[in-house]
Amino acid sequence: MLERAQHAPAKDAATRPVRFRGAGFVPSSGRYSGWIALALVIALWQIAGSAHWINPLFLPAPSAIARAIYELAISGALWQHVSASLLRIGVGWLLGTAAGVAVGFAIGLSRLARSVGITFISALFPIPKIALLPLLILWLGIGEEPKIATIALGVFFSTAISVYSGVDAVPRNLIRMAQSFNVPFAAIVRRVVWPGALPSILAGFRITASVALLLVVSAEMIGAQFGIGAFVLQAGNLMQTDQLLAGVVILSVFGLAVGKAINWAETRLLHWR
Amino acid sequence: MDLIADHISHRFGELAVLDDVSFTVGAGEVVAIVGPSGCGKSTLLSILGGLLQPASGAARLRGAPPSDSLNPLTFVFQDFALLPWADVEDNVEFPLLHTQLSAAARRAQVDDALRRTGLADFRKAYPKQLSGGMRQRVGIARALAVRPAILLMDEPLSALDSQTRELLMEDFVRLLADGSMGAAYVTHNLEEAVRLADRIVVLSRRPGRIREVVTVPMTRAERGQVLAREKLLELQNQMWSLIRTEAIDAEREVQHA
Repeated sequence: MLERAQHAPAKDAATRPVRFRGAGFVPSSGRYSGWIALALVIALWQIAGSAHWINPLFLPAPSAIARAIYELAISGALWQHVSASLLRIGVGWLLGTAAGVAVGFAIGLSRLARSVGITFISALFPIPKIALLPLLILWLGIGEEPKIATIALGVFFSTAISVYSGVDAVPRNLIRMAQSFNVPFAAIVRRVVWPGALPSILAGFRITASVALLLVVSAEMIGAQFGIGAFVLQAGNLMQTDQLLAGVVILSVFGLAVGKAINWAETRLLHWR
Repeated sequence: MDLIADHISHRFGELAVLDDVSFTVGAGEVVAIVGPSGCGKSTLLSILGGLLQPASGAARLRGAPPSDSLNPLTFVFQDFALLPWADVEDNVEFPLLHTQLSAAARRAQVDDALRRTGLADFRKAYPKQLSGGMRQRVGIARALAVRPAILLMDEPLSALDSQTRELLMEDFVRLLADGSMGAAYVTHNLEEAVRLADRIVVLSRRPGRIREVVTVPMTRAERGQVLAREKLLELQNQMWSLIRTEAIDAEREVQHA
């Protein structure tokens, strides 16, 4: 038989509450506060433009930028520039990613590839890839190839690094577990290493998407007739700041869309985290 | 099938961790391996299971494994080693995927393993949704699914709280009761060793060498009885007196390292 002990304490004048000291250091963002702040800034910007507080040559109002985007869309020029940029980014990113994933896995899984690959990557990664564009033009001509190759190179190095870092981060105990069940090498790579490295690989995609965007704009500014980068440069030269900012807004929307796509992929593929 | 540690010695660089360790785990026998911290217990188990090559000596097998065994030497890991992206069912099925079994046969073995470990209602849960005890049950179910001849258990309860340890210990007693599986059971917990093992290999501090091999003089069924408790406690105390001084030395060595 259990003997019950008295446990309800007496609350009297001699007692006082323990002071709460655990507040703060857990910031949480409201669901709409960011959007509201953005809308307020745009509204303020619009008011400043409409009231002629700011010279529209230097900073056109949001409505003028929206009008410029609309006119570009109607004229067909928007699609011409966007499609040229998308093609370069798409092909360059895919080529760079495919090579980066292959090399990253080789470095992560093979001693020989690691010894050779890491030395090369360490030496070549810090080079700003846009500096290679003139050389690539010399090698590949003045068409699309050097621009695509510049993007592919930029994407390749970041992808290879994020992939082999991801492979390195796969818990060794999972690999040993698979080995203890005689799971073959290829199946360990497919069923343990690949899913284990995926968080790092997807984080790498987020970086390479912005690298690709940066490089396409730079490459198009150096030498292209069509493309968002070429369009922005041209608008700047003609002091058409509403068109220039229209190009910037399109780039921003593209970056946001890619970010959302990666978020979606992470939610679907990494739901187990 | 017997598993034999045949004069196994091992070192990591300059550090000698095992020195001439020999013993046998017979078919259906449970052998606990105890010793002070850092005496090479887990290293020894890795060598016995073929995950580490010893500096000298060898792990050997004698006799054929049961015909239905897909992985005669099967580990149960201290940290569970579950695939976090796979649910319970897929974790248990994982070691069967590369075998010749049909999908239906795999399914039957997974179902059987989940039933034996009380996980049938949790088959779609992910590891992060489970308590430590339930995660280790998944690790045990995965091991049972390949029908092992000998389980290699590396401190399987040490990451768990004491109440969960007690519940899982009862599961181990039940699973090992019919003698169809043997086990090499590494633990630092002497109570676990005397409750579960037929024989207990006591290792010295690093480099681990065999100090004593103790036989537990009663069946596992008898050990559940109240009268047996006193005897087991006495055995536990005897073993503690064997390793206490070395455990103190080992602890000081770790602190000074």
